Amino acid sequence: MSSGMPLLAIVALPFVGSVVAAFLRQDARNGAAFLAGAVALCSATLTVAQYPGVHHGGVLRMSVAWLPTLGIDFSLRMDGFTWLFTMLVTSIGFLVVLYARYYMSPADPVPRFFAFLLAFMGAMLGIVLSGNLIQLVFFWELTSLFSFLLIGYWHHNASARDGARMALTVTAAGGLCLLVGVLLIGHIVGSYGVDEVLASGGRIRGSSLYLPALILVLLGALTKSAQFPFHFWLPHAMAAPTPVSAYLHSATMVKAGVFLLTLLWPVLSGTEAWFYIVVSAGLCTLLLGAYAAIFQQDLKGLLAYSTISHLGLITLLLGLGSPLAAVAAIFHTINHATFKASLFMAAGIIDHESGTRDIRRLSGLFRFMPITATLAMVAAAAMAGVPLLNGFLSKEMFFAEAAAYHVDSLLDHSLPYFAMLASAFSVAYSLRFIHGVFFGPPPTDLPRTPHEPPHWMRFPVELLVLACLLVGVLPAMTIKPFLATAVRAVLGPDTPYYSLAIWHGFNEPLIMSMIALTGGVILYWLLQGYLAKGLDGSPLVRRLKGQRLFEQVLVTLSWKWARSLDRLFGTQRLQPQLRLLVAFAVIAALWPLYRHGLEAGALPGTAFDPAFLLLWIVGGICAIGAAYQAKFHRLAALVLLGGAGLVTCITFVWFSAPDLAITQLLVEIVTTVLILLGLRWLPKRIEVVGEELSMGTRARLRRARDLMLALAAGAGMSLIVYTMLTRPLPDTIARYFVENAYSGGGGRNIVNVILVDFRGFDTFGEIVVLAIVAVTVFSLLRRFRPAPESVEAPEQQQAQDAYDRARPDRAVGDTLADYLTIPGIIMQWLFPVIGTVAVYFFLRGHDLPGGGFAAGVTMSIALILQYMAGGTRWIEARLRIRPILWTGLGLLCAAFTGMGAWVFGYPFLTSYFRYFDLPAIGKVPAATALLFDLGVFTVVVGSTVLILIALAHQSLRVPRSVRAPTTSAEPPMIAKEEV
Amino acid sequence: MELIFALAVGILTTSGVWLLLRPRTFQVIIGLSLLSYAVNLFIFGMGRLRVGAPPVLETTEAIDPALFTDPLPQALVLTAIVISFAMTALFLVVLLASRGLTGTDHVDGREDVR
Repeated sequence: MSSGMPLLAIVALPFVGSVVAAFLRQDARNGAAFLAGAVALCSATLTVAQYPGVHHGGVLRMSVAWLPTLGIDFSLRMDGFTWLFTMLVTSIGFLVVLYARYYMSPADPVPRFFAFLLAFMGAMLGIVLSGNLIQLVFFWELTSLFSFLLIGYWHHNASARDGARMALTVTAAGGLCLLVGVLLIGHIVGSYGVDEVLASGGRIRGSSLYLPALILVLLGALTKSAQFPFHFWLPHAMAAPTPVSAYLHSATMVKAGVFLLTLLWPVLSGTEAWFYIVVSAGLCTLLLGAYAAIFQQDLKGLLAYSTISHLGLITLLLGLGSPLAAVAAIFHTINHATFKASLFMAAGIIDHESGTRDIRRLSGLFRFMPITATLAMVAAAAMAGVPLLNGFLSKEMFFAEAAAYHVDSLLDHSLPYFAMLASAFSVAYSLRFIHGVFFGPPPTDLPRTPHEPPHWMRFPVELLVLACLLVGVLPAMTIKPFLATAVRAVLGPDTPYYSLAIWHGFNEPLIMSMIALTGGVILYWLLQGYLAKGLDGSPLVRRLKGQRLFEQVLVTLSWKWARSLDRLFGTQRLQPQLRLLVAFAVIAALWPLYRHGLEAGALPGTAFDPAFLLLWIVGGICAIGAAYQAKFHRLAALVLLGGAGLVTCITFVWFSAPDLAITQLLVEIVTTVLILLGLRWLPKRIEVVGEELSMGTRARLRRARDLMLALAAGAGMSLIVYTMLTRPLPDTIARYFVENAYSGGGGRNIVNVILVDFRGFDTFGEIVVLAIVAVTVFSLLRRFRPAPESVEAPEQQQAQDAYDRARPDRAVGDTLADYLTIPGIIMQWLFPVIGTVAVYFFLRGHDLPGGGFAAGVTMSIALILQYMAGGTRWIEARLRIRPILWTGLGLLCAAFTGMGAWVFGYPFLTSYFRYFDLPAIGKVPAATALLFDLGVFTVVVGSTVLILIALAHQSLRVPRSVRAPTTSAEPPMIAKEEV
Repeated sequence: MELIFALAVGILTTSGVWLLLRPRTFQVIIGLSLLSYAVNLFIFGMGRLRVGAPPVLETTEAIDPALFTDPLPQALVLTAIVISFAMTALFLVVLLASRGLTGTDHVDGREDVR
């Protein structure tokens, strides 16, 4: 663990820095840059300090339990190879930050840029250092997300938005494939740990799932590394600010793909499938990328295609499957990162100081910026593979491997020729970069007069070019030990002998190199005429556009198919949707019935009682009556609904559920009051006599169909209930609850103990829902606009007011107030009684039927009665009704009670209880669950009261525009309806 | 008794589903209430019907689980009752607001155009 803390710091620091940077002021350009630089430097320094740990084949690890139930830990590991990659990511990251400080314009929101960049760096380090594959995929997708944000940083620019979206779509889709592939690997190995996976290469290659796993993982890696045929996103990503390109497309984003291939190389490689897929993808990419790069007119476009091509080279090397090729791949990964980062930065400088990146307009810049030009020339020479530079060394290794024999096939035999061809292309585009930009006549139509950049902007380029030179001239003294460590970490005991010397004698690779160099120069010279025409796109493959294909697929998927599916299955009407749902449920339930038949169980029934039959005859009539009356006689339907509710309530009592009965009864009352309040705002619907007869055939059919559906649903429910009730109850967790209610929860009412103790968290969620609903109702009603025809006071009230107005001794509203005098007084006196009942319910809830829910509803009934008796104004002048406050306090009370358990080191909502002996009262239970129940009580009172009075208050409001009496004279809106 | 109980659930469901498929919002709200009775009874019934065995402990020693009806469905239904009240309230308010905004009490916010 102690050895792992620096690893955690390396990954976590950039994320922390990112969050801090995000909160900086928008113009804090230097602050953000300083922060980002410091973070990158810290991570780099920490990485350097880890070297002794990985030097001799050691592996540093740390892990924290993450998803213990799935056997997945958050774990980090660092071996020699990942150390090298971490070094690359952090050090080039630092240089990019330094460069970006000068590149980014003060007009841009720079802190946001650095926040994204740091987060990206963190995600990339997460990939590199992940100790398990699931976590790796997680960080993988994070890099896709942050690269999206970085590429689209200049979001006012349409091409930046498109490029960002395309990069995200391609790489995130690849990430999904990778996830499935990783799951397959995990399934084969039985673990997601990188160490375990690396140790079971034979098992993976021998598994029948190897091929699907391989293809899925390759889809992930090849999309990320912009390999053919997924290469098209990378050139479009060039719309990003240049520091982003320099970082993402040299050392990080696209290298994640080859990183993964290298990491899993010992496990996945060495089979024919691996050879053919990876080698052909790599070869196509290498050739196409290099070919297309020659004809780019945009400096960054040229570099983008060259990046694609070099990644193809690395992929190809990894595909060959021989240890020496793997060494070459790792070596070239480092070399490419250094020279490509410096070239991107140089291109950025040219763009920054001259105002354009178009090779056709740039020319003869050497006289304006000799130092930058020299640096770019050295880097470009490294890219071309000129001797004495680092690119030469890895290219020699590549040639040697291309010429060597791998798998007997046409592909393998033709490899040396393709290698030379691609290499010649790369010489040609490198020449074009240098010759086209720095030489020739002075430029004529540049937006700005070019000059050397500020020194610190050039400094990263200088450093990187110096690295290219040092590695190229003195490989043994610079890169050799680190490369050896990295190679040993990947290849283990199979590490072959390889030499990093510049001069190996006059051998095959050298001859191939010479041919490629000469060929490249000749090719460039031959192409002068064509290039001078300044045409866009590459000849021969101009029509081959991955981007267009991609867009076509997207349009087809997300627009055409989606629209036709929507036309086919979609409807905005509620009734067909509900009808489908019900029909689907009926069919789904019918299927097992059809398969297994139907038989009643063996459980003896409870003794028949005619009273119960009578009860449900009444209940059934109520239910059907409510269904029949709901259209025209709403009040009657409401009364009948209440009847059905009461019968349900009695059923609960009958079958040993007193708690349910109490709650049901109370909620029934509140619901009725609620709907009564709502009825006031529903305009009348008058039944037209004879309408039923004049109903059309279609409407009749529709009704018949709905009736059939309803009958089917009802019959189905009856069947299920009956078959279930006649089967014995299996042993359920109920036994645990019954046995432990008293000993573990300190209560005798098991239902209440379950609610406030065993399943307290569920109840907590429940009251949160209730509170949310209450607040939603409240806010919906704040801007409530009633239907125009129900704005007027009800007819009865109008008559009463008219009477008051006619009599000089009466004030308006007197009759209304007198109307309920006797019931009103009774209701007012009932307040303390009902309040006491509520308290009684609450206190006894833990041991006898009652509890917070029931007590809360009771209390709100007491309050609502006062509203009915005295009127809204009367009651609110006398009582402070603050339901929102109550709801909030109740939630806090429940939450704090739950959190109280943390103080004592128990999980959330663990309850504590004991019995106290109080003088004169006796044994009193005191459980923290009671406090929780108090929270429940308060939330229920608050929410219920809030809902009810929000609705009740509507009668007091004066509509914003009380229109002239014409409104009330309008006939009620009763459309002639068919159903 | 089981048969009556089962038929009761069936009748409540039939009425509820029928109302659910009607075009007027008030019908739907009554339908949902009826359906929630049915579903509550259904869940409650999963603990089987027992007369005179409420899950309230009389003594605190030697507890025999066989003497009590299953408390778990009851706990589930208890919260379901409160939540269905909340749902009814929310739906009622949406109904009223939609009535005010669209001028119709059709569930689609506009009269049938078929």
